[in-house]
Amino acid sequence: MQALVILAHGSHLNPDSSTPTHRHADTIRETGAFDEVKTGFWKEEPSLREVLRTVESDEVYVVPLFISEGYFTEQVIPRELRLSGWDVSEWDSDGLSADTATLVAEDTGQTVHYCGPVGTHEAMTDVLVRRAETVTGDPDVGEGFGFAVVGHGTERNENSAKAIEYHADRVRGMDRFDEVQALYMDEEPEVDDVTDYFGSEDVVVVPLFVADGFHTQEDIPEDMGLTDDYRTGYDVPATVEGHRIWYAGAVGTEGLMADVVLERASDAGADIDAAIATVREATRETQAAGD
Amino acid sequence: MTDVRDEQVDALLDRVAERPVELDGLRVTDDDDGYALETPDESHDGLSEPELREAVRSDHVVPYITNWYFWEEAIGRRGRHRRAFLRHAEAADEHPVPERYDALRSGLETEWGEVVVTATLGADGHRRYEIRHVDDAGVDHDELDAYHDPLSARELSTYDERGRYRPLRTAPSLVSGWVFPDLDGRDAVETLDTIYPASIANWNLEREGDLDVTHWRETAERQTGIYDVVEELPPDAVDWLAEACCVDSQCLKRREWQYDADHDLEADGGTGAFPCREPCSLVVAAARKWTKLEEEETRTYEFELTPSEKEQIEAIVDAVADDRIDEIREADVYEGANRYRTRFLRAKRFDEAGNLAGVATEPEEGHHDDHGDDGDRDDHGDDGDHDDHSDRDD
Ligand code: SF4
Repeated sequence: MQALVILAHGSHLNPDSSTPTHRHADTIRETGAFDEVKTGFWKEEPSLREVLRTVESDEVYVVPLFISEGYFTEQVIPRELRLSGWDVSEWDSDGLSADTATLVAEDTGQTVHYCGPVGTHEAMTDVLVRRAETVTGDPDVGEGFGFAVVGHGTERNENSAKAIEYHADRVRGMDRFDEVQALYMDEEPEVDDVTDYFGSEDVVVVPLFVADGFHTQEDIPEDMGLTDDYRTGYDVPATVEGHRIWYAGAVGTEGLMADVVLERASDAGADIDAAIATVREATRETQAAGD
Repeated sequence: MTDVRDEQVDALLDRVAERPVELDGLRVTDDDDGYALETPDESHDGLSEPELREAVRSDHVVPYITNWYFWEEAIGRRGRHRRAFLRHAEAADEHPVPERYDALRSGLETEWGEVVVTATLGADGHRRYEIRHVDDAGVDHDELDAYHDPLSARELSTYDERGRYRPLRTAPSLVSGWVFPDLDGRDAVETLDTIYPASIANWNLEREGDLDVTHWRETAERQTGIYDVVEELPPDAVDWLAEACCVDSQCLKRREWQYDADHDLEADGGTGAFPCREPCSLVVAAARKWTKLEEEETRTYEFELTPSEKEQIEAIVDAVADDRIDEIREADVYEGANRYRTRFLRAKRFDEAGNLAGVATEPEEGHHDDHGDDGDRDDHGDDGDHDDHSDRDD
């Protein structure tokens, strides 16, 4: 028996914070690739502390639905899951390359394949691009478009900026969009000045965040000038200084995210190739703009 | 009469070939003299296979066979917490099979927090489970919204009656009006575990004498990042915290954690069906706020209030703390926490800056300051991943 456990932050104040996590879990559950698919949260229930005891399987693949390596993936999760003898050097990571470490959970005795976060997996680049397709309603979007990946900034966690740069580079390498730029909320180049960084009239802006929340729903749209007051909403696309800004909201809400979760588990040894194909198929529909 | 299917008998024979079958009063063995079959009221030995097949079909033995099949083959022993709960739901360890079958025909009820699970006998000894809110006991099925997928329970338990988000799954505010009319054992447990996550595992660990309780001190010491301050919360305040958050009126879990292994808290731990083995994230987040507030020294302020006004302030605090605001009628000015009466008090006793009786909170500044720690909003310096600043408790 093999189980998948997806871990996320969750929130005491905002129920939407965990919605994408549940949705991705449901998508994967439907593939039948795992005997069990469970979710656990830092701020909701079951807690990280207790999630493993809700799992009957002895073999557990744990995938953190976080953007970057750092405090949560290196300290909080291993500690709360009671991963015996955890040492971050097991990942031997440069901040982007954490893949998997196999450990035993002290309290339950389960074998835990602890994976790196979804945000730094190469498959995440595809999700960013898919997000652009979804928000524009155009499966071939690229030509004549600029593409911006938005992150928090390096102020707090250097690795978070690394993930942004990494995916921006990879999107650039696809030669699909006319221009690609990494932007930040807290540092240069700032998302506030998004139009300064693009020559293209159309620009897709995708925040590399797991769930929609304060930053993606309030800060970023206001900072970019899509709206004066987030409560009144904004258009997609919205015109700002002669550019059409296609603002996509958090990448983590994209259905294809389930694929990255599976890729992480697969890299850690889970036998689920068929499920990956199914998820890619099932999450393909491109919705019309603004949906 | 419940019947026994051929495949159930075949399964029994397969098992007996490996080792003696023994469950709930049924014993079947296979040795050199043939098969032996034993129930509390009957025993046969030296049976040939056809004789055994014949014997298990007697009216008296059939329930033992279907009962064995259900527990050992359908439920199995893999999910030990699940199995334990389902056996608990029909008090399987206390009542003999025939008695239990009789009771299951009319339904056996188990309360679990705010829900009630009813176990009944299905075809061939299978059990079916119905789950609904305790408030809906006795309500006709047609009047309730029926669900069949355990995961639907997620939606049902996310918001309270007034549409507010329930961050604590065990708050006694589960909405009613729904029913899962027909679940198998796996889905029944999944449904309960969606409504009250990890409740079944912890309940069973406690039953087995194996519940790992982590007391306040240990939990506080483990915290890092923005939560490492909770360690400094004074012991008295931990008691107030438990009284504020963990009593039955606020949380259905029975609090098993104490200040530490040697110091019990005075606050009532509650009487819930399932235990709380460690301060939850909500309590830890609240503790962080209180740790900061408890660092403040008291001051002496001088207010002019009439006796009724003092009592009114007490009534307001009570009404908010007990979540009774909505019960206070619009025109009931006899209630201290009535809105009009409260507005009158504010109009009379607050100055323009919102200071009670015109007394400034900070004497030197002369203005009302309740935004002293807005820093909280932005205070998760430990995580670039965390993307929800509106989550003030994070
Ligand atoms: S810590 Fe208190 S409020 Fe939290 S789950 Fe336990 S008993 Fe309930």
